[in-house]
Amino acid sequence: MSAVMKDHEGEARIRTKWWASRVAIYAALITWAIICLFPIFWTITTSFKLAPDVMKGNLIPWWDFSPRWKGWESIGISPRLIGEVSTVREEFLKRFWNSTVVAISASLLAVILGSLAAYGLSRFNYRFGFMRNSDISFFFLSQMILPPVVLALPFLVLYKSLALLDSRIGLILLYTLMVLPIVIWIMRDQFQGIPVELEEAALVDGLGIWGSFFQIVLPIALPGMVAAFILSLVLCWNEYFFAALLTATNATTLPVMVASQTGSQGINWWSMAALSSAAILPLVIVAIFLEKYIIKGMAAGAVK
Amino acid sequence: MSTTEGDLLHTVTADNISDSRRRLGKMMVWGAAALCAGLAIWQMMFETGRVASGFETWRPVLYAYVLWAFCLCAAQVIVNGEKGKRTLFVLPAALFVISLVVFPLLFALYISFTDWNLASPNGPQPNGWDNMVQMWNDGFYWNALKNMVYYVLAVSVEYVIAFGLALLLNAQIRARKFFRVVFLLPLMLSPVAVSWMIGKSMLEVRFGPISRVIRELGFEPSFFGSPEIARFMIMAMDAWTFIPFMMIMLLAGLQALPSEVIEASKVDGASGWQSFKEVIFPLMLPVSVTAVVIRIIFKLKLADVIINVTSGGPGGATDSVTSFIFREYRDRSNVGYGTLLAMVYLVLIVIFVTLLLKLVSRWMERPA
Repeated sequence: MSAVMKDHEGEARIRTKWWASRVAIYAALITWAIICLFPIFWTITTSFKLAPDVMKGNLIPWWDFSPRWKGWESIGISPRLIGEVSTVREEFLKRFWNSTVVAISASLLAVILGSLAAYGLSRFNYRFGFMRNSDISFFFLSQMILPPVVLALPFLVLYKSLALLDSRIGLILLYTLMVLPIVIWIMRDQFQGIPVELEEAALVDGLGIWGSFFQIVLPIALPGMVAAFILSLVLCWNEYFFAALLTATNATTLPVMVASQTGSQGINWWSMAALSSAAILPLVIVAIFLEKYIIKGMAAGAVK
Repeated sequence: MSTTEGDLLHTVTADNISDSRRRLGKMMVWGAAALCAGLAIWQMMFETGRVASGFETWRPVLYAYVLWAFCLCAAQVIVNGEKGKRTLFVLPAALFVISLVVFPLLFALYISFTDWNLASPNGPQPNGWDNMVQMWNDGFYWNALKNMVYYVLAVSVEYVIAFGLALLLNAQIRARKFFRVVFLLPLMLSPVAVSWMIGKSMLEVRFGPISRVIRELGFEPSFFGSPEIARFMIMAMDAWTFIPFMMIMLLAGLQALPSEVIEASKVDGASGWQSFKEVIFPLMLPVSVTAVVIRIIFKLKLADVIINVTSGGPGGATDSVTSFIFREYRDRSNVGYGTLLAMVYLVLIVIFVTLLLKLVSRWMERPA
């Protein structure tokens, strides 16, 4: 068919084809969105259900069932209990606080150590024994392969003799180790994107290498550091394996609390749902507001 | 994972470091090292009963070690001047990793050849190759390794889905940001919460919504009864959490593609499928391989979901190596045997990942 003869039939066919592809794309997008959202929706609504609602399979609040605070009361958070003293709430808040402290400290430590190392590796020539820059980078990145289970039992024994078992510091050290390779990976990519001329100018103007790092490079690399920090935060907040092995009562984090509840109580749906919701909500909020940084962090290094 | 040769910052420095300054730096390092070693020996003798008094725990030795690490860092600047300031960028991270990985690994190597039950007061009893023999005859360990092969193979399906989603997000669509956030959400959730949310409640046989749907369709729901289905369910849950991870890497790759090339292929009359097969996919190969390799590395650590949903059952069909060792320790608190299994796993992983990297390295770098 020649392009000169623009008949209506051909145009209509192109238009139907375009509409078909639109419909297919949006159908796929919405399907996957439902797959992603339904478990979260289910958990949050279940935390407001009562036993009959769960058994009847009611789904939509205010229509199928009327929301109740029963689930949240079991962790001491509800309009009725909020003013009163509640031991369950204290327990929950303690775990929450442990998770917060451990995740934030470990991420901070990892970002500090990792940024310094990444900057050094992207700017200077090192030679430690036989190791050159690329070997040192590989040494750091290769830690990603190390499965946690290899370190878990030795650390259990070591921490026991160091009296670090069931302490937040012990967890912070391990979590820092766990996320350090990822931080170095992201930050190396960031620093490589910053032109060396900037620092050369700073050096000419009389700053030292540390001065130029702090005053010139750091402000430029800050978004990358935030990305690395948030990604580390997510990983540390969700970590379960080390926390389950190395903590018992004092330093237990939120995932361990959630896991222990599933094991012991059979199906106490509303309270489990409330606890799970409380455990995931902080990160859901982080995802919604800081999505840009998370994506930036994960995309770093993937694309050259 | 490219190397960092090339664009380096060159500094010219002339340092005049006096002998006394140099001596001070060396003294600091050796003094702190001696203190640390001395304390360690003393504590060791106290624990074996050769010295009457000592510390309750090894904490003081740890403090001495940290002091030594600080002295080593400070001494870099004191002894080497400007060159030391450069070393100081990498040294803290290197010391941190070495002390937290290399020492425990060496220690692990020792305990993996002992019979050590943490509950018993005897302490480690070296038992030669006994653990190795036990491992050789341990059907459950080999079974767990076999399961790991299945789990790793599942990455290929995850990759296809993730690539599809990345293409969708890269298409001309409205509300792109909304879909991106929604698609990212599963990655934010802790595997433990996911194992309750999906594994224990949505897949619950009586009241779970998925069970209801299946019953509506006229089947009898059973998700963790038969080995194959149980394994598939674990794979699905793990995929649900980690598909966004690959999706985002692939999306970043798609967005970095040169748009002229794709437009040129359209001008040349390529259909959607042709331009994907002939242009987009080959250009995406480096990103794809990176994403898949990293995903496989994460997959090899899979444990949380299994521990919390099936604890390895039915009959070890869903066990990963990590979850198996976790239970081995939890049930029998046998540190020695568990560590040996972990060490063997580490060796296997290192071999596997090295071969994998060798195999795919030619696709990882885009030809210039």
